[in-house]
Amino acid sequence: MLSFQQIIFKLKEYWAQRGCIIQEPYDVEVGAGTMCPETFLRVLGPNPYRVAYVQPSRRPADGRYGDNPNRLFKHSQLQVILKPSPNDIMEQYLASLEAIGIDLRKHDIKFEEDNWESPTLGAWGIGWQVMLDGLEITQFTYFQQCGGIDLDLVPAELTYGLERLAAFLQVKDSVYDIEWTEGVSYADVRYLDELQYSVYNFEAADIPTLWKLFDLHEGEAGRLLAAYDPKAPDKRRFPLLAAYDQVLKCSNLFNTLDARGAISVTERVGVIQRVRKLAVGVAHAWVDQQWGRPPGLPVEKEEAAQ
Amino acid sequence: MSVPFLLEIGTEEIPDWMIPAALASLRLLFEKLEIPHESVTLDATPRRLTLRAEGLPERQADSEERILGPAKSAPPQAVAGFARKQGVGPESLTVETTAKGAYYTLVRKVSGRPTKDILAEALPGLILRINFPKTMYWTGKSGPRFIRPIRWIVALLGEDIVPFEIAGVRSGSVSSGHRRLGAREIVVTTADYERRLRDHGVILSAEERRNRIAEGMAGVRVKPDNALLETLVYLTEYPTPITGSFDPQFLELPEEVLVTVMRHHQKYFSVADADGRLAPRFVAVMNIDADPDGFVRRGNKRVLRARFNDARFFWETDQKKKLADRLPDLAHVTFQAKLGSYLEKTERMMALVKELGGDADAVRAAELSKCDLPTELVKEFTELQGIVGGLYARAQGEPEPVWQAIYDHYKPESMEDSIPRGRKGQLVALADKLDTLRGCFSVGMVPTGSRDPFALRRAAQGVVKIIVEGRIPMDLAPYLAVPDGSETRSADGKTVGATERAGPLQEFFEERVRYYFKDIRGFQYDEVNAAMAAGWSNLVDLEARLVRIQNLRPTPDFEPLAASFKRIRNILEQAGFAEPDGEIDESLLEPGPEKDLYEEYRNIAGQPIENAIGRLRPKVDVFFDKVLVNAPDARVRQNRLTLLGTLLAEFSTIADFSEIVTQS
Repeated sequence: MLSFQQIIFKLKEYWAQRGCIIQEPYDVEVGAGTMCPETFLRVLGPNPYRVAYVQPSRRPADGRYGDNPNRLFKHSQLQVILKPSPNDIMEQYLASLEAIGIDLRKHDIKFEEDNWESPTLGAWGIGWQVMLDGLEITQFTYFQQCGGIDLDLVPAELTYGLERLAAFLQVKDSVYDIEWTEGVSYADVRYLDELQYSVYNFEAADIPTLWKLFDLHEGEAGRLLAAYDPKAPDKRRFPLLAAYDQVLKCSNLFNTLDARGAISVTERVGVIQRVRKLAVGVAHAWVDQQWGRPPGLPVEKEEAAQ
Repeated sequence: MSVPFLLEIGTEEIPDWMIPAALASLRLLFEKLEIPHESVTLDATPRRLTLRAEGLPERQADSEERILGPAKSAPPQAVAGFARKQGVGPESLTVETTAKGAYYTLVRKVSGRPTKDILAEALPGLILRINFPKTMYWTGKSGPRFIRPIRWIVALLGEDIVPFEIAGVRSGSVSSGHRRLGAREIVVTTADYERRLRDHGVILSAEERRNRIAEGMAGVRVKPDNALLETLVYLTEYPTPITGSFDPQFLELPEEVLVTVMRHHQKYFSVADADGRLAPRFVAVMNIDADPDGFVRRGNKRVLRARFNDARFFWETDQKKKLADRLPDLAHVTFQAKLGSYLEKTERMMALVKELGGDADAVRAAELSKCDLPTELVKEFTELQGIVGGLYARAQGEPEPVWQAIYDHYKPESMEDSIPRGRKGQLVALADKLDTLRGCFSVGMVPTGSRDPFALRRAAQGVVKIIVEGRIPMDLAPYLAVPDGSETRSADGKTVGATERAGPLQEFFEERVRYYFKDIRGFQYDEVNAAMAAGWSNLVDLEARLVRIQNLRPTPDFEPLAASFKRIRNILEQAGFAEPDGEIDESLLEPGPEKDLYEEYRNIAGQPIENAIGRLRPKVDVFFDKVLVNAPDARVRQNRLTLLGTLLAEFSTIADFSEIVTQS
């Protein structure tokens, strides 16, 4: 039986053999692996890129104080980006499951339509949720747009839900019973995260402070973006990466405020728009900074579908 | 010699619900090529769209092209010049006589093009024109768009490959088997295609996959679900059902919740016990041939248990706060940005239910109808809105008429769905839908073409169905007037309030009413036009009139009389005669057919048309035969027009018969 960490080793090894750079998790809190610059910025522009990394992903609203066997405040995604997507991507993906010991001849796999969209990132794609014996184990997406920009090369994004996959392989009914490594359970490593962050996100977080922080990070990102000059001769020095970190901070604060019940449904759309505006701003500036050209007008997806 | 044609577009997994429409589109596009053929068959699995045609010609038929030269009388130099220009000697020209005279003509034989060339040229464009609701690009933003990436193409005409390329994929004779049961590359011919696929784990025919699922479930008391069956037919290349069980203690949860989890989230069939109640079992359909070690069954059971545990957790959490206590929470749930919160919607619905004659129970149901929106269970299973509210209301001791009305108030969800079972539920459903329609139209959110994000067509259709089938005696007209948002200003510049107008919503409904009676109920279109022309705001009355017209139609006097009414209408229109304003002056009536008609009218006035029609018709016929309406004496003429106008008005309350399309 593979332990949680062995599953990660195997998958990293598998994708490393297929030309992926193996990155470590990004060091700013994010809600999904997609938000890391390794995905969000790297999918832009004409340069091929392959990367894989595990990203601990924070979803404040999904916290359950460590009580629910399937829901976590912080779960681990294995994120794989293959840009451009190889023709045999499906076959490569299926073989990765075999690499972690799933005998595909003895299990049921289905690809069910599931188109991914992130309004805060101005990003969307077409794809599937991959079902293994009725359990969703991977989100498979062909990115179409990111930061409101139509992508030059279409990347394939594979997002493995590692806890689910491990619980499946180890036949555990609760993620907390997963064996992280021999003699150490998932609960031993992560239970306190779940408990304490649930308390913070649902009870203890100070709403005015979070709003103040949101405004500060939004201000800093906005200030930097306003200062970016596409005509500046030394524009490569300009800290767009740092500006993007501020956007991520905003996104996480938004999620925390949301979990805390501090955002009404009416306000929600407005706050998402504020974060999206910054994310789109960074993406456009990034394309200009790296490739010295405007990214072109984004195609509205409804029209693009026609 | 005729040859078979095979086209297989190999893709990554196409969303199941798009496949039947895509095949219909592919068939249409192929027919448009106008290549003669004896038969066409279309098939699909999630990974392939296949068109097979029999009896195509190897080449198109030869034809002749005629190029007209100089007139026969033209000088020889001109004739020689024409021949030279066409690259032939003058002896190759013939003289042909046309309507304009005789001309030198070159008749050139054009040999028919090989069908293969025509197909090779047409297929790339044809494939990319297959209609899908949503498409993607995969080779880059300048690349082609399709529903999912195209990975292989088989295109064979007889034994030959029809050569072309799309997105770097060259057509050939190599198909692909089932992802796990077959080889990745398999060479096929037009003759062995289906058999080769079968050898490699793909059942090409949807019908056969359907039967295989049905056979695999034989002996299990599965609750029939055709929509789910179709989903699974197009989600699999080799379907095999397996049966699993779940802990009977979950049966404490409402059946609706359990079925939704199985149906919508896991795509399982539910199973009934001998008494028709939900049994603690399920049927899952795998996309593989067998589950020898039971891994798949075990996996699915575990997933279902986790899902049911979640549902139970939500059910128990939600019970801690009564529905009625959630009403204030609706202030924070937006119905629509411009139309306020669900609390405001609830208040409008309560007023509307009262106005429609609802009693205290109906108003109570309206008050609680949206209170399930903030519950955990509805947040998790949005498709259970209303139903969950009804179940909670029942558990919290609301009387049966109230909880049933809440439970039913989203019905009918489609034209096939039934209307709410009781009058209270019908009124709440009406109020909900009418409020949505009035609200959306008042802020200009009007459906256009295929865009109908608030499903207003379905809402209006539901209103029509509820009123007619619930036999609710109400006048719809007052509810179709909506404030149009533009405020009228009086002369001194002060706002005098929004004007109400019937226009757009009325037109929208008129179309829905017409659709309902014509397409759903099957009345003839001209009968519907005729009956609606006499008014349609009381739908129960409209239905009754339609039934009368339908019954009258086959009677021998009906169509001739309808033709006469049309004639009367034309005469009145030409005379500029609007409505009979004066009385008929008996002294001006001419004895004979005119007087006879008048007296017949006097006898039958006020009687149902069914009794009058047989007596009226001969009098009308004779009248038109013998009497000149357009009499020289203006007073006589006016009197005759009044007679006809009165007659028309008398019988137009049931329908405008001039709308009936008659044989004559």
